Amino acid sequence: MELAVRCQNLQKRYGDVVAVDGLSFEVRRGECYGLLGPNGAGKTTTIEILEGLLAPDGGDVEVLGHRWKTDEQQLRQRLGVQLQETQFTDKLTVEETLRLFRSFYDRGKTVDELLGLVELESKRRSWVVKLSGGQKQRLSIACALAGDPDLLFLDEPTTGLDPQSRRQLWNVLARFREAGGTVLLTTHYMDEAETLCDRVAIVDQGHVIAEDTPKNLISALAKPKVVVHEGTLEDVFMSLTGRHLREQ
Amino acid sequence: MTSETRSGTYPPIIELTLARLREFVREPEALFWTFLFPIIMSVAMAFAFPSSSAQTVRVGITPGAGSDAIRQALSAAKDVVLKELPADDQLRALRNGEVHLIVEPGNPPTYRFDPMRAESRLARLVVDDVLKGVAGRQEPWRAKEDLIEIPGSRYVDWLIPGIISLSIMNNGLWSIGFMTVQARLRKLLKRLAASPMRRRDYLMAPVLARLVFLGPEVAAPLLFGVIVFGMPVRGGFISIGMVAILGALMCGALGLLMGSRARTFEAASGLMNLMSVPMWVLSGVFFAASNFPDAVQPLIQVLPLTALVDAMRAVILEGASFTAIRNELAIMAGWTILPFAVALKIFKWR
Repeated sequence: MELAVRCQNLQKRYGDVVAVDGLSFEVRRGECYGLLGPNGAGKTTTIEILEGLLAPDGGDVEVLGHRWKTDEQQLRQRLGVQLQETQFTDKLTVEETLRLFRSFYDRGKTVDELLGLVELESKRRSWVVKLSGGQKQRLSIACALAGDPDLLFLDEPTTGLDPQSRRQLWNVLARFREAGGTVLLTTHYMDEAETLCDRVAIVDQGHVIAEDTPKNLISALAKPKVVVHEGTLEDVFMSLTGRHLREQ
Repeated sequence: MTSETRSGTYPPIIELTLARLREFVREPEALFWTFLFPIIMSVAMAFAFPSSSAQTVRVGITPGAGSDAIRQALSAAKDVVLKELPADDQLRALRNGEVHLIVEPGNPPTYRFDPMRAESRLARLVVDDVLKGVAGRQEPWRAKEDLIEIPGSRYVDWLIPGIISLSIMNNGLWSIGFMTVQARLRKLLKRLAASPMRRRDYLMAPVLARLVFLGPEVAAPLLFGVIVFGMPVRGGFISIGMVAILGALMCGALGLLMGSRARTFEAASGLMNLMSVPMWVLSGVFFAASNFPDAVQPLIQVLPLTALVDAMRAVILEGASFTAIRNELAIMAGWTILPFAVALKIFKWR
């Protein structure tokens, strides 16, 4: 099977702190793969290495069959990236921001198509500073989709959003996947991983401690406390680590 | 995922420049400082240093016996302003520049003044001449005076091109430096670095955007000088424009360099002050750089602002040709290319 991402024995440390410690996983073309874990587990560091924003201290990374060292420009044309905490320019409009990002790509959708895709047509002429959190996040996704990417990286795409905004964002991702796109996302929301992901890797202290479909992980590991309760990924994480996922 | 639609956008460098321009015009304070600062500065300086050729001499007189005669003699003289000053107030008045010289009546009278002050030395000459004339000095002859007015040689004429250069430097440094730090703080730089945008496009855009407003920015103080002070402009539109453009490119590149690694506004403003404040003093904006010792002249001459100020004065006041200012142009080109290349190299995108 063709792979979208292959990463093997990834290592990254910041001074004395080991952020990523021998992390390996593979993402197949067309699937939605989730990196699941508490804050500080190394998810963001991992995804930034895969995005070519950070150089790993060790290990091997291949994205869409290319390596960052040799094919950076080519790779950037084919990837969509949404980062945590990006704040777009306050006093540009939604449309102007999208035009700017669209101009960087050789191919891709028109600005109008992108606005439609993320349902921001009515906000086309609004300044970024006037958008709600959910609208800002959909703008961020639209910028990531500007080049019609083969692979989309999302780092905690729905953190801090209200339930309705989350659902809207999930719909955008569903449309992207219907068109054949591959998604790699990080999250610490269990329900998000269960809804969106074909497979998840549970990451703790810089390495993968379990990997499978959400369904298999739940049936193999979760110990439901109540019989009628089917068990969730939250239970899986607890039984693997003895800790709550949202524990800080 | 193969929709090969045409983008419907301009090339990245144009879109990036447009984004900078939009950001700029939507920030009213930025507009205010860009266009009004040089004019306010020129007005203030023009008031502080009046353009009329006749300089008034302010003289204090110690009250007492003989002071009336001295007052009578001096009040007949042109451009002398008199003030009676008790002895215990004289030092303060001299220090503040309220008077330039104090006359203590007597035979002969005493002149009290600070010889380090040019106005005081001038006052001594004027007062001495008047008093000796009244005392009955025999003039061996009276020279004929051939007064010529050289337009463009007044302080204000000399000052305005300096202020224009200064505002080009300030606007380049601060607007570009701060916008860069802001984009870094907001993690926008990191997001852009994750896109296929060419990094030199991003760094060139704010410098190009500066050029769009350069016309009014230079024209406003220049027109102000022409209309209010009758300042002569001898250089052509093209040569003044070329010097201004090269100056703006240079200062934009310096602003990029100052903002290339700073993570906070404080760090960036520290760097920009460190670079610009010495040049306010050294580069001859407010008083001639030739006042500084010969030993430091080679250093002063290669400063970016010195080259800009000298070139600007030469084209505006003398109508100098490009050949005449080729050294300044070369220095400015160097200060454009080198900082830009270094900024591109060391720029922090995260």
